[in-house]
Amino acid sequence: MRKLLTLKELSKKEILLSSGHRLCSGCGAPTVVKMVLLASDYPVIASNATGCLEVSSCISDYTAWKIPWIHNAFENAAATISGVETMYRSLKKQGKIDKEIKFIAFGGDGGTYDIGLQSLSGAMERGHDMLYICYDNEAYMNTGIQRSSATPYGADTTTRPAGSVIPGKTEQRKNLTRIMAAHNIPYVAQASPSHWMDLMKKVQKAWEIKGPKFMNIISPCNRGWRSRTDDAILLSRLAVETCHWPLYEIENGVTRITFKPKEKKPIVDFLKPQGRFKHLFSFENEWILKKLQEDIDREWKRLQKESSSEKEGGSSPS
Amino acid sequence: MKLKGWKELTPGAVITEAGNAVQFKTGSWRSFKPVWIEENCIQCLFCWLYCPDMAIKVRDGKRAEFDYDYCKGCGICALECPGRKGNKAIIMVEEGK
Amino acid sequence: MAKIVAITGNEAVAHALRQVDPDVCAAYPITPQTDMMQRFSSFVSDGLVKTELILVESEHSAMSSCVGASAAGGRVITATSSQGLALMWEILFIASGTRLPIIMPVVNRALSAPLNIHGDHSDAMGARDTGWIQLWSENAQEAYDNTIQAFRIAEHMDIRLPVMICLDGFIISHSIERMEYLEDEEVRNFVGEFKQLNPLLDLGHPVSYGPLILPDYYMEYRKAQDEVASKVSSVVLEVAEDFEKLSGRKYGLFETYRLEDAEIGLVIVNSAAGTSKDVVDEFRDRGIKAGLLKPRLYRPFPYKETGEALKHLKAVCVLDRADAFGGSFGPVYLDIATSLYQYKKKPILINKIYGLGGRDYLPEHAELVLNELAEIAKTGTVKSYKEYISVRE
Ligand SMILES: Cc1ncc(C[n+]2csc(CCOP(=O)(O)OP(=O)(O)O)c2C)c(N)n1
Ligand code: SF4
Ligand code: SF4
Ligand code: SF4
Ligand SMILES: [Mg+2]
Repeated sequence: MRKLLTLKELSKKEILLSSGHRLCSGCGAPTVVKMVLLASDYPVIASNATGCLEVSSCISDYTAWKIPWIHNAFENAAATISGVETMYRSLKKQGKIDKEIKFIAFGGDGGTYDIGLQSLSGAMERGHDMLYICYDNEAYMNTGIQRSSATPYGADTTTRPAGSVIPGKTEQRKNLTRIMAAHNIPYVAQASPSHWMDLMKKVQKAWEIKGPKFMNIISPCNRGWRSRTDDAILLSRLAVETCHWPLYEIENGVTRITFKPKEKKPIVDFLKPQGRFKHLFSFENEWILKKLQEDIDREWKRLQKESSSEKEGGSSPS
Repeated sequence: MKLKGWKELTPGAVITEAGNAVQFKTGSWRSFKPVWIEENCIQCLFCWLYCPDMAIKVRDGKRAEFDYDYCKGCGICALECPGRKGNKAIIMVEEGK
Repeated sequence: MAKIVAITGNEAVAHALRQVDPDVCAAYPITPQTDMMQRFSSFVSDGLVKTELILVESEHSAMSSCVGASAAGGRVITATSSQGLALMWEILFIASGTRLPIIMPVVNRALSAPLNIHGDHSDAMGARDTGWIQLWSENAQEAYDNTIQAFRIAEHMDIRLPVMICLDGFIISHSIERMEYLEDEEVRNFVGEFKQLNPLLDLGHPVSYGPLILPDYYMEYRKAQDEVASKVSSVVLEVAEDFEKLSGRKYGLFETYRLEDAEIGLVIVNSAAGTSKDVVDEFRDRGIKAGLLKPRLYRPFPYKETGEALKHLKAVCVLDRADAFGGSFGPVYLDIATSLYQYKKKPILINKIYGLGGRDYLPEHAELVLNELAEIAKTGTVKSYKEYISVRE
């Protein structure tokens, strides 16, 4: 059912997230959702963890969702959709439903890397036919920019503010995408809205694979990143081009980098436009910039090795 | 708008009117307003794709007008617009100016 | 045609669940419930039910997936005890607030700390104000009957609320009793077909579950839920009437035992009521007008009916198998006190905490309490309003 992706054709499709949602001006999350839904040619039912996307898209008497949608709590988007999917299988087996339906869970980084990790791990291990999408804005934004395990080293957040003694976050990001890959599920991928074609192809690919799938999608937040309202796409592109957010997929255990920047940009290009890293550009915090660059270089090297060493017998590029 | 009483609510707070958030106009949030300069437009549709508020209309695969009822004035469309020969097809102007 | 069997409480409830044959079941082990879901799982493995199992990684996910499955549109069950119920706490409110008729047997067990796997009521009593309907059961027969009736109550169009069926851990869940099963066909006809109100799986009518509700509406949703709660009693009675026609067994909101002309009485839920009834008989034989009230529908609590049934007594003791720490009295005591408060003439009310963490409840305990009540009824003086019984100094 995979179709050729041209914006001209896509623009003829109905966007299944409506205007009138109350996410901040310039928020990355609705664009992520919009792309995911545009890429889906099947009927989709979604669950959503508590967080910015959820509270702003379904509030009081108004819902921006044109698909069946359920918010249960913060840490259980995966368990919730696993219940929906199981009921679907049960009713299908009984002949009470015949349509092919796909199931998605949306969760923020807090709801996925942290409090929802167990629920996610459980659902993936149980093998539900579902796609979990983490829109990663690198902090607990809905409660006011608290650090999460997805927050980059050195970032200024409201629970680890950059002070005169502590220079912001002093722990490394958790590599959730690799943790998900360690579940040996058939499909894991990282994507960015800046690379929309790559993102949508990954969603399309996910829909053709039976079983649990996981996608981690970077989702800029101008409020929490303390940047401009117009730079969500620009920053997600810089995240990719600096290899802060490499684009790759792991299909049946085989890693493939799906986008290699022609020239890997220095990490400061990504950090500079964001107020949450402002304090790093001082003499005493120079070591953090150096460390961040080293960490990225090491991870990028590792990823390239993992990807190239397994190229033969790997999946055909799509 | 008259608020409903407790007897008129759907059991379990379920919303049965899909996409009715369109009744909530977010255009008033805007302090800058995007303006389309059609002659610079190359019909790439990036603005349509990247707009977080579904506030750019496309008709028959062709870029159409802004929907100012919902545009929050973020400026993403303007920043991402390639325009023609370096001339942007979207510019941001301050509201009320 | 009913069938006489000798089985454990867990077996009886698992059997009822098999007969209802729900669409989805979430299961996670915890003593003393474990063996109920094991039995149900073997029904699944042997193809005796159409149910799809979700073998979750925690009770939090058990209840979370039940919410998803129920909203999707179909019959959903799970079962738990103790820590498991405690872990579900957050989602219990979501299940009831979303008006999802999930059915959950709770095999009552003590709560940590200290860790203890034996029977008391701390778990379900702690969840009494979560918006769930609670049916309590004295023995395997009642647990079986309550489980079957629970589906009809939960799924009634005026109600649409989740139901817990409570039975005592080990004492009932693991002891063999003689009881009667209904035929599969009878149970299936009794519970009938279920149709979810706004199923997520209805693609033609996309709905959104779980919106953020602001102060302008939150209170109205709560009021609506309170109103639903007020309708539960009559539905429970209506279902009980139908059930009596089918089984010959009579159920009410509570059971009264020799209470009509009683002067002193015990209020006690679940298995200990059986032991107490025997002692009530002994007192009657000695010419002392003793009686007993055993709550069945504990949530929503039928205050009016309970107060009416007890108001004529001289002295009443509420026996609680759980304490409500900081509330001064056990949970059932607090409800009985509330139900009697409005009457000018009412019994003197005392509270005993018994049987925590599996401590035996013996006939002599009931005897001691009834003797004390007889003394209070005679003299009008109370030496202590609340006391732990069968506890070492
Ligand atoms: C059990 C629980 N703990 C805490 C919260 C409070 N809370 C709601 S949303 C949120 C932050 C969400 O962060 P994330 O998942 O990263 O999503 P974002 O808002 O950043 O999009 C928190 C802490 C909650 N709702 N439930
Ligand atoms: S705080 Fe950030 S993530 Fe939340 S709505 Fe605003 S921009 Fe989006
Ligand atoms: S992004 Fe600019 S050039 Fe492209 S369609 Fe929109 S207005 Fe036209
Ligand atoms: S300014 Fe922002 S909201 Fe308005 S049309 Fe452009 S991208 Fe959309
Ligand atoms: Mg976040």
